[in-house]
Amino acid sequence: MTTILINGEAREVDVPPDMPLLWVLRDVVGLTGTKFGCGIAQCGACTVHVDGKPARSCVLPVSAVGNRNVTTVEAVGGTEIGRKVQEAWLDVEVVQCGYCQSGQIMSAAALLGRNPAPDDAAIDAAMSGNICRCATYPRIRAAIKRAAGLPAETV
Amino acid sequence: MKGSRLKRFGLIALIVASLLLVAAIAFFAWPAKLEAVAPSPGQPTGRALVEKGRYLATAADCVACHSTPNGEPFAGGLAFKLPFGTIYSSNITPDPKNGIGAWSDAEFVRAVRHGVRNDGQQLYPAFPYTAYTHMSTDDVLAIRAYLNTLRPVNQAVAVNQLSFPFNQRYLMRAWKLLFMPKQPLRPDPNQSAEWNRGAYLVEGAGHCAECHTPRNLLFGLKSGQKFAGATTQGWKAYNLTSDPETGIGDWSVDELTRYLATGHTPGRGAAAGSMGEAVSLSLSRLTPQDLRAMAVYLKTIPAKPGTPGSKINPNPPLMTASTAFAPVRAEVGPDAMGLRIFEGACASCHGWDGSGLHSPYGALRGAQTVNDPEATNLVQVILHGSEISTPQGGASMPSFGRAYNDAEIAAVANYVLGHFGGKAATVTPERVAKARREGE
Amino acid sequence: MHGPIGRPAYGVLQPEDLSVASRRRFLKAGTFMFGFAVLARAGKAAAQSQGEEPSLRAITPGGPESGAAFNGFAPGGFIRIPSEGKITFIIPSTEMGQGIYTGEAMLLSEELEVTLDQVEVVPAPPNELLYSQPILKSQATGGSTSTRGAWGPLRQAGAAARTMLIAAAAQRWNVAPDTCFADQGRVYCRANGQSLPYGALVQAVRSQPVPKDVPLKKPGQFKLIGRSLQRVDTPSKVNGTAVFGIDVKVPEMKIAAIEICPAQGGRLRSMEDRGARNVPGVVDVLRIDNAVAVVADHFWAAKKGLEQLDLRWDFAGHEKVSTERIFADLKHASENGKPILGRELGDADKAMDDAHSRVEAVYELPFLAHATMEPMNTTVHVRPDGCDIWVGTQAPTAVQGAAAKTLGIPPEQVMVHNHLIGGGFGRRLVAESVVQAVQFARQVPYPLKVIQTREQDIRHDLFRPAYYDRIAAGLGPNGLPVVLTDRITGGSVLGSYLPTGLPDGTLDTDAVEGADRTPYSIPAVRVDWVRRDPPIKVNWWRGVGPAHNVYVVESFLDECAHSVGRDPVDYRRAMLKDNPRSRRVLDIAARRAGWGTPLPPRTGRGVSLHDSFGSHLALVCEVHVTPAGEVQLRRLVAAIDCGQTVNPNSVQAQIEGGVLFGMSAALYNAVTIQEGQVEQSNFNDYRQLRINETPPIEVHIVQSTEDPGGVGEAGTVSAAPALANAIFAATGVRLRRLPIDYGALMEKDAGKRVIAPPALALGLGAAALAWSGDKGAEA
Ligand code: FES
Ligand code: FES
Repeated sequence: MTTILINGEAREVDVPPDMPLLWVLRDVVGLTGTKFGCGIAQCGACTVHVDGKPARSCVLPVSAVGNRNVTTVEAVGGTEIGRKVQEAWLDVEVVQCGYCQSGQIMSAAALLGRNPAPDDAAIDAAMSGNICRCATYPRIRAAIKRAAGLPAETV
Repeated sequence: MKGSRLKRFGLIALIVASLLLVAAIAFFAWPAKLEAVAPSPGQPTGRALVEKGRYLATAADCVACHSTPNGEPFAGGLAFKLPFGTIYSSNITPDPKNGIGAWSDAEFVRAVRHGVRNDGQQLYPAFPYTAYTHMSTDDVLAIRAYLNTLRPVNQAVAVNQLSFPFNQRYLMRAWKLLFMPKQPLRPDPNQSAEWNRGAYLVEGAGHCAECHTPRNLLFGLKSGQKFAGATTQGWKAYNLTSDPETGIGDWSVDELTRYLATGHTPGRGAAAGSMGEAVSLSLSRLTPQDLRAMAVYLKTIPAKPGTPGSKINPNPPLMTASTAFAPVRAEVGPDAMGLRIFEGACASCHGWDGSGLHSPYGALRGAQTVNDPEATNLVQVILHGSEISTPQGGASMPSFGRAYNDAEIAAVANYVLGHFGGKAATVTPERVAKARREGE
Repeated sequence: MHGPIGRPAYGVLQPEDLSVASRRRFLKAGTFMFGFAVLARAGKAAAQSQGEEPSLRAITPGGPESGAAFNGFAPGGFIRIPSEGKITFIIPSTEMGQGIYTGEAMLLSEELEVTLDQVEVVPAPPNELLYSQPILKSQATGGSTSTRGAWGPLRQAGAAARTMLIAAAAQRWNVAPDTCFADQGRVYCRANGQSLPYGALVQAVRSQPVPKDVPLKKPGQFKLIGRSLQRVDTPSKVNGTAVFGIDVKVPEMKIAAIEICPAQGGRLRSMEDRGARNVPGVVDVLRIDNAVAVVADHFWAAKKGLEQLDLRWDFAGHEKVSTERIFADLKHASENGKPILGRELGDADKAMDDAHSRVEAVYELPFLAHATMEPMNTTVHVRPDGCDIWVGTQAPTAVQGAAAKTLGIPPEQVMVHNHLIGGGFGRRLVAESVVQAVQFARQVPYPLKVIQTREQDIRHDLFRPAYYDRIAAGLGPNGLPVVLTDRITGGSVLGSYLPTGLPDGTLDTDAVEGADRTPYSIPAVRVDWVRRDPPIKVNWWRGVGPAHNVYVVESFLDECAHSVGRDPVDYRRAMLKDNPRSRRVLDIAARRAGWGTPLPPRTGRGVSLHDSFGSHLALVCEVHVTPAGEVQLRRLVAAIDCGQTVNPNSVQAQIEGGVLFGMSAALYNAVTIQEGQVEQSNFNDYRQLRINETPPIEVHIVQSTEDPGGVGEAGTVSAAPALANAIFAATGVRLRRLPIDYGALMEKDAGKRVIAPPALALGLGAAALAWSGDKGAEA
């Protein structure tokens, strides 16, 4: 039995130590907001926060989480930054199919958590690991700026 | 460049070979000796013997060469692309026709320790009998006992494709005269039992020198540069001598032991390529005592210089100035193709501060691979990816060679070299193209 | 191209639709289901018609066995008005990111006189009778047809229902219906000042006659249509509660990872599964003809089990398949095969002979995977008395039919619970992965969720076909084409898609679409197609026929323009005298993009123009090509006339996403096959455009009151030709093969140069640090 802290709640799970956090969340704990896209840290769909920092849960063994707090998209709205990001996402109408967006939002919230006023280069650095096959990228950029209260110079 | 070396090599080999032919027909024609073998009284029997053999076969990493990636283990067929042709590893399952089921124990011991086939023909030294010759008869017999327990695989391996004169097996007698150790390793009474055990494993079953020592034109190990590092099939095996700049002089025995056991040591990077495979299949499955013994022995190899300029820089300025999640501003710009590729495909795992975001295997700080100014393994690992799996866990990196072209691989390799190693960029698209050919 | 209004295409109101018996008839075929809106609040009894069974049984354990029978007003297939609470719209098209739930809800709302916050939307169950779409003539979502197909029928449905509600209220108040009007879900009476909510009328309205051909609002009267309303499906997609097919949870469900024979057409020869069964969590190992599944409590155990399997495949001769051979074969067929005529206008041969000059070229396009963000997955429960399928599909009835056929049971016994789709792009129009899941699931008693790894998803996709096209033009004295011929060679997507196949010698219109009719006036045209089905299955891919043909035609017309030294925009404009809508978008895009203004070295602009899916779209792409051959997108400017926009913001989003989707493929993607096996596997080797490669993109929408055109694929069609033309403008290199070959764009000697930015090439970056003086971009 491993105990992990998910969205502020301690969860007991009976899983092998090398099992990636992604599958613990989705298939054991039942939080399916975190998505499976590639399984090799190439797409970012599985992004969660571990102690506020972005992590690709598809390659993060559950044993490596330790007693750090895992935040998923289901709970990120409980933080000020997460809420702003989600609002901006709706205001800018970022979402298309939506499958990548949990990961996008988690990456964006982590970015704003460490950099309240990211410029384009900072957005690139934080968000380039997140693929969106619907290519909502221009709006992701705009929404991050909106969440940060920055003027959006591009469409 | 490769062609001319090849020609030169061919020419010299021919001259040497012809001289030897003329001078010693008898030498070549004489039938190979077959000595009778018997286990010592201390040799275990039954299951214990098989278990001992399994362990030693692991230490010798037989499976790595005697299997193809998707094939039956030990059934052979792996291709070794050499400058003068291709050699295929043999089937060493107990199949009587295609394997070694019909071999006597004496023939098996002779093959392993002296490089002679059961029919008396010479074996090519792609099979590292120059190292295995140091193994004891008991140990080789134990391996035989283990191999006998494998499922026989009725599968013939491809025929070697070698050009003349390399397809003349008897010539290996001359080669052996030059390069076979004159006598097996003897324990050094002035050293500890641990050191002696380490020497036995490193020089014998482990056959570390095979990759870590440069070869001469006749494909023999350059004894003067033993363990000083070498490049084989596009990958570099690093300097294992105690050179503090380019070798393992500043590694502790603990660090080295850990590296052998897991393929990774904090602040030292991770193993990839053949070393990754050696860790996965062999080293990580050895006892901590044996690994430590190997480390103890390795630490005493006298220093020899390796690749100039490859001293590890644990705190390169760009990396040090970056955070885990963002590069330093100076790196950003329209010319920054390498950075752009890195931030898309690499940063999610490696981060920018060298610490590795999800796994210690992703940590690039202090890794030889990002500090080698020739970027040999760096380019290969980007092209082909890497995988380590040990009983304690592991990690893998996908290959990027198919999606990124030579200029892009060069750009990202140079970026990594500069950012994580503090080394000047050296990689050109042409070098990447060459690395692709070699690494295949 | 537009669906005839009045034809009972969608569930347009018919008197018998209102009788309980007929509703039963309809709904027996496919049980009413609830999509994301209801799932988010699972357990809540949603609007259901009398006789309609609840479908949440399997999704909400212990939920009400039968939701309260629906006692509200259920006019036809689309609208459910309960006496209290929200109105439910049953949306015929599948939501896969294009915003169709919102768009179709707007069409219904506009005429029903409700606001979007008064309604909930649910996906339609499989039912060809009710939800067959007039353009595709089946219940499917694709080909940018949804809005075009729904435009008439859904507004009719809303208008009819509104008319009946007004009539019911008027009857109650004893006033003439024309003294009443509806607004925001209420009927008002101008005469007596009273009003009633729709809910209060649901019993009374049932006795109202169903009106036919209710006049629809004119464009000036729209309250919702044409406004950028917030999408209805997005809130659940930003907080993680949206349920995609892959997220489905069913009690007792197990999860499978599968491995399919690496070579298409091969089969499993033998399997040793002891190792897999020893993996903790693994419960079963299943096999079918050409694949195996390891079933476990969770996907990780299943995947680990899969790695432990010792599998032997029989490639059955398919190991000889390679893309090299396929292309050689296409070339051979193009030169020797018997073409099927797509379109002939004038005497092309004579015009070619008489032409002032001639231009010709060969273009090649690769196989393409869809790589939808959500990997393929299906959850199936085969019970003795039927089968439930939870999946995100673009074609619910195809899924139902295919599953029924596999199981040998009537379609009514297969319940398809459609879900949100994490990317369709055509991939989810086919049901082959569902059939496979059913084949596994029928072997076990529990519900089985089959998830493909990304590697399986890419390797075993059904690909956009490769093409080999020979195109030629004869130019007149003024340099403009007097004749255009295009010999297209490739496989038939329609033939692969139709269960019956496409007979030899029959034209697959998809193969020639986008080449047969161009926006331009060219006096003589001959477009024909040599059918050469590749030895692997092919499928629709975003942009369908035009995505392939427009690249060839628009690149080639650029070649023609340059061959006579003319500006590509002027050249096109000169051929657009009879096509004002296309000319207008071309002019807008060119002007907004600053066409003709100077650019730095190795930087250029390219344009593309097409009329596809009933829309007119021009795109200007500006690129910079570095000495190393890297193509940097700098700016994209699109102008579209898609007729009346329903939700302009969604149109804009579709063009942005569609263009970038096309750019991603044009820049990076080709599926290649060696020894029968697909060489690509995941995003490391099937590369996708990322945010740091994405330029600013502008979309200019022409105001129009024409009937709506399709927009979901239009942008994708524009991308590759605009890109290739821009690369030519920047470098003088004409790329006639996709994806873009960076190697061909390298400056001479660049291969020998160290590729690094100056700061790093100089050494160690210390200088760079001193120059910038900052401590981390985010410090
Ligand atoms: S699923 Fe984890 S990065 Fe793609
Ligand atoms: S919104 Fe569809 S993948 Fe990003």
